[in-house]
Amino acid sequence: MAKTPVTFTLNDAEAALFVDPGAALVDVLRRGAGDLTPKQGCAQGTCGACTVLIDGVPHLSCLTLAETVQGRHVETTSGLAGGPDLHPLQKAFIEGFAAQCGFCTSGMLMAAKSLLDQTPDPTRDQVIEAISGNLCRCTGYEPIVDAILTAAAEMQGRPAQQGVR
Amino acid sequence: MSSVEFRKDLFADERGDTLKEIGKPTIRQDILGHVTGRTPYYDDHLFDGLLHMRAVRAPHHHAEIRSMDTSAAETMPGVRKVLTARDVPHNLNTLLSLINFGRDDEPLCAATKVRYLGETVAWVIADTERQARDAVAKVRVDYTVLPHVLDVEEAIAPGAPVINDVYPNNTFDYHEKYDHQKLRFGDVNAGFARADHIVEAEYQMSPIEQAPIETCGAIAAPETNDRYVCHTNTQALFFSLGTTAKLLNVASSRLHFIGGTAGGGFGGKVDSIVEPTAVLGAMVTGKPVKFAWDRYEEMQVGAPRGGERWRIKDGVMNDGRIIAREFTGFFDSGAYMRLSPYAIVKATGHLPGPYSIPNVASNVYCCITNRTPATAMRGFGITAADFAIECHMDRVAEAVGMNPIELRILNAYRDGDMKAHRRAAKNTALIECCQVAAGKAAWPISAEAAAQSSRAGGGTPERAAIPETAVDEEGRIGERRQGRVAHTAPSPQPTRRVAAGIHGETHKGAPVQNPDMQIDAERIGHRMGSPTPAATPAPAAPVAAPARPTAAPPAPPIATPPAPGASTPTVPAANPAQPAAPDPQAAPPVPAPEKPAAYAPAEKFSRGIRRPGSSPFTSGFRKR
Amino acid sequence: MVEVQTCQTMAEAAASLGEGARYLGGGTIVMRQVNYGDQSFHRIVRALQPERGVRGDVQGLRIGAGTTMADLLASSEVRFLHPVARQIGGPAIRNMATLGGNLFAQNPYGDLAVALLALDAQVVMSGGQAQPMERFLAERGHLRGLVEAVSLPRPQPGTFYFRKVSRVKPKGVSVMSLAGCLRSGDPRVVFGNMGPAPTRARAAERALAGGLSEAAISAACSVCTEGLAPADDALASAWYRREVAAVHLRRMLDSGASD
Ligand SMILES: Cc1cc2nc3c(=O)[nH]c(=O)nc-3n(C[C@H](O)[C@H](O)[C@H](O)COP(=O)(O)OP(=O)(O)OC[C@H]3O[C@@H](n4cnc5c(N)ncnc54)[C@H](O)[C@@H]3O)c2cc1C
Ligand code: FES
Ligand code: FES
Repeated sequence: MAKTPVTFTLNDAEAALFVDPGAALVDVLRRGAGDLTPKQGCAQGTCGACTVLIDGVPHLSCLTLAETVQGRHVETTSGLAGGPDLHPLQKAFIEGFAAQCGFCTSGMLMAAKSLLDQTPDPTRDQVIEAISGNLCRCTGYEPIVDAILTAAAEMQGRPAQQGVR
Repeated sequence: MSSVEFRKDLFADERGDTLKEIGKPTIRQDILGHVTGRTPYYDDHLFDGLLHMRAVRAPHHHAEIRSMDTSAAETMPGVRKVLTARDVPHNLNTLLSLINFGRDDEPLCAATKVRYLGETVAWVIADTERQARDAVAKVRVDYTVLPHVLDVEEAIAPGAPVINDVYPNNTFDYHEKYDHQKLRFGDVNAGFARADHIVEAEYQMSPIEQAPIETCGAIAAPETNDRYVCHTNTQALFFSLGTTAKLLNVASSRLHFIGGTAGGGFGGKVDSIVEPTAVLGAMVTGKPVKFAWDRYEEMQVGAPRGGERWRIKDGVMNDGRIIAREFTGFFDSGAYMRLSPYAIVKATGHLPGPYSIPNVASNVYCCITNRTPATAMRGFGITAADFAIECHMDRVAEAVGMNPIELRILNAYRDGDMKAHRRAAKNTALIECCQVAAGKAAWPISAEAAAQSSRAGGGTPERAAIPETAVDEEGRIGERRQGRVAHTAPSPQPTRRVAAGIHGETHKGAPVQNPDMQIDAERIGHRMGSPTPAATPAPAAPVAAPARPTAAPPAPPIATPPAPGASTPTVPAANPAQPAAPDPQAAPPVPAPEKPAAYAPAEKFSRGIRRPGSSPFTSGFRKR
Repeated sequence: MVEVQTCQTMAEAAASLGEGARYLGGGTIVMRQVNYGDQSFHRIVRALQPERGVRGDVQGLRIGAGTTMADLLASSEVRFLHPVARQIGGPAIRNMATLGGNLFAQNPYGDLAVALLALDAQVVMSGGQAQPMERFLAERGHLRGLVEAVSLPRPQPGTFYFRKVSRVKPKGVSVMSLAGCLRSGDPRVVFGNMGPAPTRARAAERALAGGLSEAAISAACSVCTEGLAPADDALASAWYRREVAAVHLRRMLDSGASD
């Protein structure tokens, strides 16, 4: 089976891989690059567990033909923490109990990161909209929305508001 | 951030306020892995040369497999193996056989007939998932389509298609006797006759898919020492291991199951299908094999919470007291039994809900249809019944023109009340729950209702008594199919009455299905009825006991329970040496004065039972 | 097995299509088919430079087939389409989904196509030939070639209406979607998911030809399902769709134009 070479930036490093024809990015990230943080829940675009950022905006890696990321910048949850320090979103998720089984968490974090990169001080509705393509079957979403708002406040240097339930 | 409010004022004297964790925010122990994406789910174990296994699935609800041609699939690029039912060493199982409940009725791969849409008829193992899918498309199966049935009541009517010869009546056989699970407490018909209103309604709950974000899947690989490792997201690791050992006819000591991390489950990951399949794949190829459902399969063949239909008939007095409640329930088990028969036992134990009702009767049917087999989901066995009961409470409130919360408080069970499954209620809290809910919703309730307490007014002699109970023998296995019994509701013509207060003490749970369970039951301290039906109880003569159980006189209060060992009519005595059912002709039964001795095990508790007939799967190797 | 063929231009891609090939736009539909082993094609054809973006001139607007929903949302030229684009999928889908793919999307998808039919868009093929949306939709199942762009007149301000009915908010696929371009004389009323492809409700259009009076709206609502052929699916039954179509038409008209 003829494989296709693809090079791209994965978080901070260059990745050069040979991919199977027709392979989805999620497979190539997980089994090719060994970055297991994107999860596959549906392979059809409905769950958002595979969300990664391509050139800064969220994409579903299960619906992205791997070779289309040639020369582009792919960000995953493995690149979220800066060295030993967790990203404020990760801290807020921990403290706010925003994950139960954790399977949706990587995708949620990437969707949230893209939101906060573009809209540092989002409203609750903007947060809800930003994670609307990400399903969570465990938490009921409220702790996730709260955690994202808390992280935003933290990053703005404001005291975190009490989550309004 | 917690929005939980702790009402420590309620029942404050019942507990020392020494809670260290509850009521305080806490950090999940596994959450660091979740937020860094490092939690290892089963699919995060990477294997070189991983093969992919996909199932060939039936496109019909019910069909005979006439022939199958896998030759084209076998020659497709990347294909390592095509497997069919013949490749499964012991291709018949029922999930609860590991606890000796039910009969083996389900193949891992259908051999001669498919009984639901999407049932497995073959598998393909190939180098890539896409190659496996392409080869699956090349498997040719000839089917003779059979008439199918998708409705529970149509399924148990005479003339309905027989779906599985293991249960030829399309119902589970309860206690080797009835086609339904019975509950009889008091005399509902007498209650209805006396009631001011009869309120009847039917409730239907659709099947519900658990829909975890991670679909069911497993990776199996050969290990050293002739063992197989299986990474799985099962919710029931040892269950899956035992099931795999049985279906593949290998010693469980050769299986190394690693689990504990699931991307959601909610009951949908107990059915142990992907694990034996993946291990089978690893055994026949000698390579690591992944078998996982895609989202379509998760929704179509992943077992849901089964659909349920409930009919409730209440006899209600003008003041709102419910004096009789009758249930007719139908569980849609789908094509195979799996967990539904057991869910019914649990549901029946829960009736009539958290209310003190002196006359209760229930018939619940576990029906086989051509739908996807059902399994567990949160609230296993209870959810639909509670949905029906609470909807019905509102209807009753409407019928008598009463505040629905006050109606609930009026009928709520209280400490010491005898429940229909013959256990005294304790630690009840429905009244307080209603009061708090009314307060939160700013729903006005009367001062009288607001002053009620779960701890007061319950357990009075008539509320603590086991009433005189009308019983019947209707719905014997097979009668319905032969057209000899048409109605499904509890019989309006009881054949026998069991005097008040004298039975139930021995009947502390579902009667055993076979002797193994009895052994286990004794080991763990629940005594249950004997599995072998005793001689038919003496024909009953009408009892000269008061007709209305609510007014039943000298019923023994719960504090002095009757002698152990007495029999219910449906479940023969546990110990034939003890007195059998008292002669119904005799004077009102006199309870034995002494309390039953507290249970003490005959021998020390030990793991790994090796008695004849005990489950072979809890030990190192299969005996059967 | 799937092969991937990468072309520079749409014209090249169009030329290399053929038996068992499928063009890859944003891939939100095609890649699902690839992942699920769709056997109807074994070759993916992609173009590195599809026409992308919105261009306006005196004649009207031209939107490239490779324009994503996010691109539309970033363009002030097509502000009237923002309510449509914003309601398609979640953010990730909007970053990927293209206009070209939406023209071919089967039920329950195709919300943008519903809007474009109401706007009297012309579909421009890669060879340059153009055809009206209505004919395109009727023939899209066996069309040769690729879509390069759509061109459409700018709607007069205050005439474009859109409503998407879905059960899950903020993201959910359509039980039905409705679009209207309600200029007097020759209005358009279009329903999506009320037949195999987006469909004009001609009887309702006739009722509204004289303007949006209360009487005209009532008349339009009472005949709006004429000629529609909704189907049962997992979201709603055909019966339900027929029952509620008029309610949603009225709500769309009551809530005002979306531009
Ligand atoms: C989770 C999810 C939610 C969605 N929600 C919505 C929604 O709310 N509303 C909605 O309308 N849609 C929705 N969609 C469907 C889909 O994303 C959109 O319809 C999208 O616009 C399709 O575009 P695409 O570029 O991704 O198409 P592709 O998948 O690339 O292509 C789809 C089809 O169009 C053909 N095609 C694409 N471009 C051209 C061209 N230029 N010329 C000829 N043929 C072409 C392809 O060959 C293919 O047959 C959803 C999809 C998912 C997965
Ligand atoms: S796996 Fe990509 S959206 Fe579900
Ligand atoms: S935490 Fe389990 S799906 Fe979100």
